[in-house]
Amino acid sequence: MDLNRCEAYAQCAFQAPDVFAMHGEEALMYEPCPGDERREQVMRAAASCPVQAILVEWPGGPAVPEGAATGARG
Amino acid sequence: MPAADGSAEEFRRRGHAVVVGASLAGLRAAETLREEGFAGTLTMIGDEPHEPYDRPPLSKQVLLGRTGAGDTLLPRRRALEARWLLGTAATGLDLAGRRVRLAGGEEVRYDRLLIATGTRARPWIKETEAALDGVLTLRTGDDAARLARRLDARPRRVLVIGAGFTGSEITSACRERGIDVTVAERGPAPLVGALGGVVGAVAAELHHAHGVDLRCGITVTALEGDPAGRLRCAHLSDGTTLEADAAVVALGAVRNTEWLAGSGLAAGPRGVACDAGCRAFDVHGIVTDDVFVAGDVARSPHPLFGYQFLSLEHWGNAVAQAEVAAHNMVSPGPERRPHLWLPAFWSAQFGINIKSVGVPPMGRELAIVQGSLAERRFAAVYGHQGRVIAAVTFDHGRWLPFYGRLIETAAPFPPDFAQVDRAPGGPRPIPAEFPDPALPTHGPTVTLSGYAPSERRVTFVPARV
Repeated sequence: MDLNRCEAYAQCAFQAPDVFAMHGEEALMYEPCPGDERREQVMRAAASCPVQAILVEWPGGPAVPEGAATGARG
Repeated sequence: MPAADGSAEEFRRRGHAVVVGASLAGLRAAETLREEGFAGTLTMIGDEPHEPYDRPPLSKQVLLGRTGAGDTLLPRRRALEARWLLGTAATGLDLAGRRVRLAGGEEVRYDRLLIATGTRARPWIKETEAALDGVLTLRTGDDAARLARRLDARPRRVLVIGAGFTGSEITSACRERGIDVTVAERGPAPLVGALGGVVGAVAAELHHAHGVDLRCGITVTALEGDPAGRLRCAHLSDGTTLEADAAVVALGAVRNTEWLAGSGLAAGPRGVACDAGCRAFDVHGIVTDDVFVAGDVARSPHPLFGYQFLSLEHWGNAVAQAEVAAHNMVSPGPERRPHLWLPAFWSAQFGINIKSVGVPPMGRELAIVQGSLAERRFAAVYGHQGRVIAAVTFDHGRWLPFYGRLIETAAPFPPDFAQVDRAPGGPRPIPAEFPDPALPTHGPTVTLSGYAPSERRVTFVPARV
């Protein structure tokens, strides 16, 4: 998670509630290495993040959500 | 010898890149090298036995028991095809011979080198006291595992020494788990070195609201153990004694530059000096062409801040500087890029999201431009010589990019933009109340370390061996 980018839209917490949770109004708690059974949830969360703050890699090869692939960071 | 003729193309095809430091900056640099077409040999050297892992969760999720300390491995952007020398510390550098010496005596030759050795937790000053069972620090995954186990064992009281960001996050985690905490902070408020006294006072309120026994203007003079070598109590500078089952030393970080002593690089306690293109300076202030620096261990001049050398212990800086360093390692002169990242960091504590852009400690004054200190929800803008130099938000992070642009465009301070919910006349600046920089405090995340290393005021002090 690039929490510099995170602006607390909480889309990830809706898409993958087992992995991401708001802690207070704006701070985000997340499970850094969620199990494979959460893969679909996590990919949905990464895709729905308006500021592309979530970088995902699964065993078997890195997968980068679209938009974060260049690694350009603000 | 590919790099000797200065040919970036030759290096890109057949060179040997060595990265010393296998954490966030080292990993992202290595990935960028490959991304940019580096097809040569890549060697990663790291003193910890673990694959690169992420540190921010260690003082949050891990201490709360939600995540295992070993479960914060960094996601990879791509496959690296690197030779990994983990659990192997670099102990020396031979600049002329282009060799890194390793703890086991082995030497690794390089064509281009990236130094990303970062920092380590500043240990408790008295070694025998630091060795007591129950005296801990927090920097590495192993540190976090030890501290999390300690908290699982329900200590009656934890003493946190130092109320910088790490100390405050540890304190917050303890309180969330219902563990009694005393905080001893030398300065007048938590976070005062990084954010100043005005915002520090809000941090102090957060501590009090969450039942922390916060003691400011206090130092710990001694830690005392029982005959079995377990921590029993701490002696404080006000003459009182505090019983505690655990003490966490959170007195900031020490830069890992000792291995460079005598190498001829401008490396010392304040870091390794480099130019804006991440090329290391030698002790004469002359830039090298095959040694690069990135991450917490680097200090480099920043045009937005008067070309003052900045050392930034920031997650985002490690990533951005690593990307620039790696790009410049494989690029010929005209294609090289400067590291112009706007400093930014975050901290989550007591359920509040604290974020910052710019360099708050350079600000003499601040103005509250959104929200209010009383609500503990606000945006504060810091001013320096009539311009906006930094902004800090408590639960107002979404507006931070706006303030970032004010810093980048040297917007006037006090800010002159119209505000719909404010009295006319604009925000009123007040002193930001940073302590005298000569007084040591804990947890500044930006260290301003003077101008060029060749300047007379800056003296090269080799690390004690």
